Amino acid sequence: MSGAAATSPRAARRAARLQATAERIAGLTLPTVPAWLTPLRKAALDRLASVGYPDKRDEYWRYTDPDRLVSADVRPAEVFKITDEPPMYQGIDRLKLIWVDGVFSAEDSDPLAGEGLEITRLADSADIHWAADLYGTLEARGQKPVARPLAALNSALATDGVLIRVTGKVSRPVSLIYRRAGTDASVTMHHVIKIEEGGELTLLENGAVAARSSMVIEVEVGDHGTFHHVRTMGRDHERKASTHLFARLGKGSKLKSFTLSMNGRLVRNEAMIWLGGEGGTAHLAGAAMGDGMFHHDDTVFITHEAPGCESRQVFKKVLRDGAIGVFQGKILVEQAAQLTDGYQKSQSLLLDERCQFLAKPELEIYADDVKCSHGSTSGEINEDQLFYLRARGVPEQEAKMLLVLAFLAETLDEIEREDIAQDMRLRLRRWLERHS
Amino acid sequence: MLEINNLHVKLATEDKQILKGLSLSVEAGSVHAIMGPNGSGKSTLSYVLSGRDGYEVTDGTATLEGESLLDMEPEERAAHGLFLAFQYPVEIPGVGNMTFLRTAVNAQRKARGEAELSSGDFLKLVRAKAKDLKIDADMLKRPVNVGFSGGEKKRNEILQMAMLEPRMCILDETDSGLDVDAMKLVADGVNALRSEGRSFLVITHYQRLLDHIKPDFVHIMAGGRIIKTGGPELALEVEQNGYADILAEVQA
Ligand SMILES: Nc1ncnc2c1ncn2[C@@H]1O[C@H](COP(=O)(O)OP(=O)(O)OP(=O)(O)O)[C@@H](O)[C@H]1O
Ligand SMILES: [Mg+2]
Repeated sequence: MSGAAATSPRAARRAARLQATAERIAGLTLPTVPAWLTPLRKAALDRLASVGYPDKRDEYWRYTDPDRLVSADVRPAEVFKITDEPPMYQGIDRLKLIWVDGVFSAEDSDPLAGEGLEITRLADSADIHWAADLYGTLEARGQKPVARPLAALNSALATDGVLIRVTGKVSRPVSLIYRRAGTDASVTMHHVIKIEEGGELTLLENGAVAARSSMVIEVEVGDHGTFHHVRTMGRDHERKASTHLFARLGKGSKLKSFTLSMNGRLVRNEAMIWLGGEGGTAHLAGAAMGDGMFHHDDTVFITHEAPGCESRQVFKKVLRDGAIGVFQGKILVEQAAQLTDGYQKSQSLLLDERCQFLAKPELEIYADDVKCSHGSTSGEINEDQLFYLRARGVPEQEAKMLLVLAFLAETLDEIEREDIAQDMRLRLRRWLERHS
Repeated sequence: MLEINNLHVKLATEDKQILKGLSLSVEAGSVHAIMGPNGSGKSTLSYVLSGRDGYEVTDGTATLEGESLLDMEPEERAAHGLFLAFQYPVEIPGVGNMTFLRTAVNAQRKARGEAELSSGDFLKLVRAKAKDLKIDADMLKRPVNVGFSGGEKKRNEILQMAMLEPRMCILDETDSGLDVDAMKLVADGVNALRSEGRSFLVITHYQRLLDHIKPDFVHIMAGGRIIKTGGPELALEVEQNGYADILAEVQA
């Protein structure tokens, strides 16, 4: 039997892929700092070697071509200077950490300190035991049931990032600001966050990072801990980005993550969340808007391992001028996870006929006492609503803008802080004004 | 105020003629009622006048204070003082009723070259008018018409009318779905707006609304045309005998 299997086209393809992966891995040079990371990098490479580079035929790569995220050559992307709107999060007190082409800039940043916080830059960290216990572990865990080769590659190659240990309720957000300098940089960053029992952290990210970027965040949220995450991905039209958020939640802990993406050529945002302790909640939301060559992919996996947890996914995309949106979302409820409350909604608003929304919503449930719902729709602006607004004197463009913002409103509701949500609303409004 | 002359309208996508030579003249300060069997084209008339897509005017004219309505965008018609209280008000999740009202009021003011209302003035105004119509603060906060009962939706239409102060108000079956008390509220709301410079076209199936809002003229519409015009007594006649006699009389 094994002889027959080895010659089946599928097995042959797999063998060829692993062979090609081995060759590419042989050509890679691993960074040498920090020293404590070396064995973890090697282990990550082994994971990549065992699953292989992603392929268009993979179940979760059918809608998004992985080649552009892993090809040896990086297409340059013009650095986009934003002159027509105020900088992000203006007026919000926060600890600013600035990265230029993926390299930490100490002179531009605030000191790496804060009450209830231990912050270290990955690239010059000494032997940090708590991070050594965590780096790559959630990524490794996330290789099943679906391989995440880009994340394994990231764990092996990451050159910088931040290690944050949260020991108290930190009210001042940590703000990661990614600036670009070069037009052709390919950047790999990896952040590790550990929230101790009862700790609280708000993490903000903004900026386009690089022409091509891979960003992994691993978050361990201890019992009764809270992690709020708000990310905006910059407006650079040509950039390509792949991100992974891995998070494991303890008993009674909370996670909220919101992402705003505008423009860009290719974005793949993956999230893997494990609700591992009773009574945890995880809310993931995304608002994406783009036109033309914009290809935006949200791939979300939420695993309910413990009973009485709640998860919510709300992803919305506004597409125009031939843009493509992808949503792949799964709620997996394990046998022990009774009384699970799972909700998933993915919608897109197609502003013209050339746009496409490809959705793959999934439920996989092994417990018997659960409440799970999912819905995926794509549609155009509702003509009756548009006419109603216009009949009241609201000009067509403004009426459309109101309706688009109304469509996205449910995602913004997932942002914990109203001042930050307000900032997002401003961005959305400006985008719509520019593109109307 | 409103002059409709020989209006012919068909559906844009089908070869179906709905209005077949409708003429109507509404003078400033007057109240006209239109009654007529289901499907006679009353709502179509209101939609065509307010500029909804999906219809094609094949002949005839419609002017508001001398200006041709049919060439204007819906929002321009509104800014010129035309208002339609919808037979079926639309729900708009995600848009707050208050935001909607303020956007509409200010858009019209802007189109007419007037200054926008400050949020303080706007709030005061909307609260006072909402109170008259027994619309509570919660309904103002909620998304437009979402989860409103049938009667609440109709009262919300009248609130919009009161805020926008249009000169030509078309009410399409605003009375249907209203309980007796709500009908009185709505009628009071309309009567409060009656003035020399403002006209009403009230589409209804029931005489009862016309007890509260006294019309100057009652028109009977059938088959896409006004087939008979009279005073308030015509509504009573319809209430008692239905349309059969009138239809027979016209056909004879
Ligand atoms: N968009 C449309 N598509 C198909 N038919 C339509 C459309 N709009 C109107 N009609 C048809 O035109 C005719 C007139 O409809 P309209 O809604 O104007 O009647 P109405 O007088 O308001 O009736 P009701 O008293 O029931 O409200 C009906 O036969 C209706 O089915
Ligand atoms: Mg009707």
